[in-house]
Amino acid sequence: MSAIVVKNLVKTFKVAQRTAGTLGAFAGLFHRRHCTVTALDGISFTIQPGELIGYIGPNGAGKSTTIKILSGILLPDSGQVEVLGLTPWKNRINTVRQLGVVFGQRTQLWWDLPVIESFDLLKDIYNVPPGDYRQRLDELVTLLDLKEFLDVPVRQLSLGQRMRCDIAAALLHGPRILYLDEPTIGLDAVSMLAVRDFIRQLNRQRKLTVILTTHDMDDIEALCQRVLVIHQGHVLSDGSLDELRARFGRERRLIVDLQDEDGVVQDPQATVVRREGRRVTLAFDPAQVPPAALVARVTAAHQVRDLFVENPPIDEIIARIYRSAT
Amino acid sequence: MRPYLAILSARFRMLLQYRSAAAAGFVTQLFWGLIRMMIFQAFMENSISPPLDSRQILGYIWLTQAFLLLAMVQGDGEIQAMIRTGNIGYELLRPVDLQCLWLSRKIATRLAPTLLRCVPLIGFAALMGWLDWPGLASALAGVAALAGAVLLSSCVCMLMDISMFWTVSGAGMNRLIGAITVFFSGQLIPLPLLPDAWQTTLAILPFRGLADAPFRLLLGQIPASHVVGVVAHQLIWAGLLSLLIRGLMARSLRRVVIQGG
Repeated sequence: MSAIVVKNLVKTFKVAQRTAGTLGAFAGLFHRRHCTVTALDGISFTIQPGELIGYIGPNGAGKSTTIKILSGILLPDSGQVEVLGLTPWKNRINTVRQLGVVFGQRTQLWWDLPVIESFDLLKDIYNVPPGDYRQRLDELVTLLDLKEFLDVPVRQLSLGQRMRCDIAAALLHGPRILYLDEPTIGLDAVSMLAVRDFIRQLNRQRKLTVILTTHDMDDIEALCQRVLVIHQGHVLSDGSLDELRARFGRERRLIVDLQDEDGVVQDPQATVVRREGRRVTLAFDPAQVPPAALVARVTAAHQVRDLFVENPPIDEIIARIYRSAT
Repeated sequence: MRPYLAILSARFRMLLQYRSAAAAGFVTQLFWGLIRMMIFQAFMENSISPPLDSRQILGYIWLTQAFLLLAMVQGDGEIQAMIRTGNIGYELLRPVDLQCLWLSRKIATRLAPTLLRCVPLIGFAALMGWLDWPGLASALAGVAALAGAVLLSSCVCMLMDISMFWTVSGAGMNRLIGAITVFFSGQLIPLPLLPDAWQTTLAILPFRGLADAPFRLLLGQIPASHVVGVVAHQLIWAGLLSLLIRGLMARSLRRVVIQGG
């Protein structure tokens, strides 16, 4: 059985519009104009148990809306959704029992309580048997390194500490699916790597199904086998990162460090995209010119100190996809 | 039941920590109690055959002061903020019934501060000889009706909170229902002192179950044997309000928009 099946999901919002200014505000008292915003316009995808999916799209693409519908807290206009065989909005309580959710910009911990009391409360709310709870808590405390601040009230935690606690809180009841909505937003490098490692471990060892929404392409590159790109309520692309690259960015980069400051690099089959001091970045299509041939030509024509070939950064590819869709 | 009891006790324990608020509340309520005592004394000296004698009114005043926070309905700032900011999303992610979850929270919110304030105030009033021991039967009946009042006031408060599904600020609803409740529950003036023509209406409305009925049971002015009727009145209203809340919540959650990412 698939973990998540989404078919032709549509969700629109009605937004009240107001003309600016005092007069506009006054007119709004009598007559309100509404416009309909389509957040999801027929989205379909299927996720198998144990997959770790990157769910990406520009701001306002409908990512959070999808997550909210999948967790049963938002009602779609039309379409079908099955989460572990249940329709979330018809069966909210039984669906959410199986879910762990982390909204990076909110916290699910009780602000005034020490972390451990929030955890204990969640144990009771989810009816977790004491034995299971002890075991999971010990494990999470070790893996996420929470020991030092378990007794600190949540409001005194740093963002990185809070995020680790929030992730632990989402896993105490042993969910089968985890939604992570921007879990690394605003984190420092150390916390970010710790969170990434932990998510990878959960997915690989525990076979937990994870949906990750993020704007951080490094998250995606480090974690996701499969990437779902949505834009303006449509699925633009669904596949592995390599497939995404193959489809939208076949080009490769050749970066050359020249011996002399003002050497000019020219090649009929490559374009110069950047030039900083001695460093020249060339873009080329490996289908047209084999990298080895290009390298040979460039080294023959110029005094080269160093050179390397790389893929264009994933950010650029994604930006290109977004642009091509509008 | 376990999730609901856990929320209730966690919240209760948290609220018991606010000791300085309780101390300040004690002083304020004492001050207002003294003022009200003087006002009523002035009234009683100038009226002909009042329905309650001054001794009865004295006891009544001190009970309203002691149980002020129980009967004074207020919206729950945290729940209202949750609805406004969208954190209600997290509440809906719990595998529990939202109405029951919030009701447990409310009960704790009503109970804890009331307990902290009523014990010293009743002690003080008894010490000064303003309150008499009503006898065991009346005391028990009064406590039963107070428990009913906790439930009823929790329901009224919840109605105020969920008004937030329709408005952006809870302040207006808080004021409106708050003012109506203070008057019709008998917290300002004992209900028997209001015009005779109103008495039937007052008896039917839910508000007297919040203050007037439990207080006068405690004072022995309503015979202890009437406790069944009083509690039944409270429970019927609590049930009706709960049904109303359930209907309103089901409707609003269907169209609620959880904003923000």
